[in-house]
Amino acid sequence: MTAAVEFREVARTFGMVRAVDGVSLSIEPGEFFAMLGPSGSGKTTCLRLIAGFDLPDAGHVLLDGQDVSDVPPYERSVNTVFQDYALFPHMSVVENVAYGPRVRKVASAERNTRAREMLELVKLSGFEDRRPAQLSGGQKQRVALARALINQPKVLLLDEPLGALDLKLREEMQIELRNLQRRLGITFVYVTHDQGEALSMSDRVAVFNHGRIEQMATARELYMKPRTPFVARFVGGANVAEGDVAEKLCGTRRSFAVRTENIHVLPVTDGSPAGAITAEGTVLDVQYHGATSRWQVRLDLGETFSATRNASESSHLPSAPGARVRLAWPRDSMVALEGP
Amino acid sequence: MNSIAGAISHPGPLRAFSSFLYRRSTFYLLLLLVPPLLWLGTVYLGTLFALLTQSIYSIDDFTAQIVRTPTLATYKQLLTQPANLDIVLRTLSMSISVTLAAAAIAFPIANYMVRYASARTKAAFYVAILVPMWVSYLVKVYAWRQILAKEGILSWFFNVIGAQGVLEAILQLPGIGGPSLASSYIGMFIVFVYMWLPYMILPIAAALERVPASLMQASADLGARPGTTFRTVIFPLAMPGLAAGSVFTFSLTLGDYIIPSIVGAPGYFIGMMVYQQQGTAGNIPLAAAFSVVPIVLIALYLMFVKRLGAFDAL
Repeated sequence: MTAAVEFREVARTFGMVRAVDGVSLSIEPGEFFAMLGPSGSGKTTCLRLIAGFDLPDAGHVLLDGQDVSDVPPYERSVNTVFQDYALFPHMSVVENVAYGPRVRKVASAERNTRAREMLELVKLSGFEDRRPAQLSGGQKQRVALARALINQPKVLLLDEPLGALDLKLREEMQIELRNLQRRLGITFVYVTHDQGEALSMSDRVAVFNHGRIEQMATARELYMKPRTPFVARFVGGANVAEGDVAEKLCGTRRSFAVRTENIHVLPVTDGSPAGAITAEGTVLDVQYHGATSRWQVRLDLGETFSATRNASESSHLPSAPGARVRLAWPRDSMVALEGP
Repeated sequence: MNSIAGAISHPGPLRAFSSFLYRRSTFYLLLLLVPPLLWLGTVYLGTLFALLTQSIYSIDDFTAQIVRTPTLATYKQLLTQPANLDIVLRTLSMSISVTLAAAAIAFPIANYMVRYASARTKAAFYVAILVPMWVSYLVKVYAWRQILAKEGILSWFFNVIGAQGVLEAILQLPGIGGPSLASSYIGMFIVFVYMWLPYMILPIAAALERVPASLMQASADLGARPGTTFRTVIFPLAMPGLAAGSVFTFSLTLGDYIIPSIVGAPGYFIGMMVYQQQGTAGNIPLAAAFSVVPIVLIALYLMFVKRLGAFDAL
């Protein structure tokens, strides 16, 4: 099967900064693909390279098997939902949505019918004649989505589309976007810096750091088997021990990760459980999260580790900042990582 | 020492006055607003009203005294005498031509400055646009008279490139030509466009600055070629700036009397007529009536551009 989007050793440099540094990837038709990374990691530049707003300095961008490396955006069969929505302020909602067919010379009656259908699809019927300025953030988001979908693109690009919405609306839209994608069967490429969003919505996630892909895998694999310290920390929020710290804990310099829920907190007076790695440290803070508590403990070895425990379990432990505790985790909960 | 309570209970007349103003916010607002409103009301609107009043008086042809009874005779004189109508039409066509030319030159410059130039180039553009505005108006007009003169640098240049025929052909155009550029309507037009161009570039650039780049990307993303994007997105969103700039160039040309008296053909313009009627001729009512013409024309012009949808994007 031909990939919907393919990058072959793509590079893009801005002055001295290698924004995208030799990225290769392949996105299957109908896939919900997330590009995850901190700001400046190259994920948005990759999206712009797919859309055609930016052209690669080296390598090739392919859409549906065709090399589009230097094809302008208006000749690509992809559409974009912009971070700031980019709705045309001088047009009504229906004019915004009908813009794609309009510039493709579709007759006025037909494009209006299609625009109304699209507005129905995103549950925004009745707002046809409003101006973007009269809409809430969530409504603008839906208009942007309808406008991007009306041309029936093979690939829909979404650039941090939910970034400006409040938490509750964001969660609703996540579910809606996922359902919409399943129903339409369009390839979604979703850029975000929110790892929860990427993990919960996507079939696969590419984790970006310094212009490169650190790991490209399903959400479960990223969480359970992070390949690098960056992925372990950024995606799983896991504890990572590298170099000297790793050597003192397990006798080898190979870096490893332990997820916070696998770390037990014990009073220093207790003995070490059998078959576990242990380390003593000082409590920095304990944050109450309802069902669980999150412990931040400064290990005597220098690293700060986090542990997620049941709130009830935490209540009879010494939790004041400065209290001494022992952390323990089973050997088989550790994930060996690549590189330093 | 409780410093918060200390600050609140700090006594003194200033403190009391401040508290009084804080409680009576309407009084405070009036206190701040009345002086500038008085200035605006008396100096601007008052004089405008006085001007309008003058225009409905008339002048006694025998005694040259102003007759202070309301009449439309002066307006009738203005609108029925062919010479006066000619002046109005001449000024109006010059203002429209200057506005169109300034817009045509300013738009690409403003668009380039805002959309494509680097920060440094953009700053250089702003300097290049603003600095000539600080130079004395008269110096610039007289400089242009030298440039456009029969023996001036422009005709010298046409000679050098062997195109004196072109210049002569231009000068022989009926109506707008003349013995030299400095004594033709074309020359006057060039000077007007030069003078008012910054007033057109700056508002257009300001309007374009407010258009986010993502709108152009969205347009291209949806399949619009650059020309279509310009027509459907950039131009409509720049319209308020274009309208503002054109009000400047249009009204400045309508009211100017110095450029037509220094450069160009002998035909009268509204500004010159006002100057002459209120000065040497002593016909204040006719001068006032002539002054009303630009006001009416600009009001009509604003209605026209509003109809075109120039302010929809505001």
